[in-house]
Amino acid sequence: MKLDVQYFARYRETLGLDSESVVGAFTTIDDVRQALLQRGGVWAVLAEQNLMCARNQELCALDEPLGDGDEVAFFPTVTGG
Amino acid sequence: MVIRVQAVPFDPGTEVNALHAANLGIGAVVSFVGYVRDFNDGQDVAGLFLEHYPGMTEKALGKIAEEAEQRWPLLRLEIVHRIGGLEPGEPIVFVGVASAHRQAAFDACNFIMDYLKTRAPFWKKETGAQGPRWVEGRASDQAAQQRWEK
Repeated sequence: MKLDVQYFARYRETLGLDSESVVGAFTTIDDVRQALLQRGGVWAVLAEQNLMCARNQELCALDEPLGDGDEVAFFPTVTGG
Repeated sequence: MVIRVQAVPFDPGTEVNALHAANLGIGAVVSFVGYVRDFNDGQDVAGLFLEHYPGMTEKALGKIAEEAEQRWPLLRLEIVHRIGGLEPGEPIVFVGVASAHRQAAFDACNFIMDYLKTRAPFWKKETGAQGPRWVEGRASDQAAQQRWEK
């Protein structure tokens, strides 16, 4: 499975990355997050409790199932308005 | 419904007048305008940068607007949100709702702001004497959104 993974705001800055292709066998968004956490160092930011995520540009929970080619995003709590 | 995500400034008065124009069935227009303040959490704010998630932002706002239209009998609805750099005193967000009677317009405007604050992918970064810093989400905003789920 190949995913387009995007990072925003403070996460984008901390990781020094706005998007990347990630290849692997993932069932849920949390599987992707766990794989990224394995990288260590700055990636620990994805362990924050107030992390939000989206699948194909819709907010979702960490147990959201994934399909090949999905766009996945991780970001901190939104602060618009 | 009208949804605009834009880098250029807007005039709230013009938006309110447009909401009422050419529809004599509208008896009430309620609007909310959010402005950039010059202080936050005890620190001076010299400017603000609004990051967003292109594509998702418009979808998220559209979904919030659709839900408001399902809950209340609305005649018009408009959301405008700035992105990019802003200075203190500038309007950052406009939500305007028109209906035949006031209660639907008051409630829908309130609902839209509560959902926009907690579900639309915008992030504020403040600049000031202490350097740049990302604004953190507030638990009170989450609680305000949750009350509509009951």
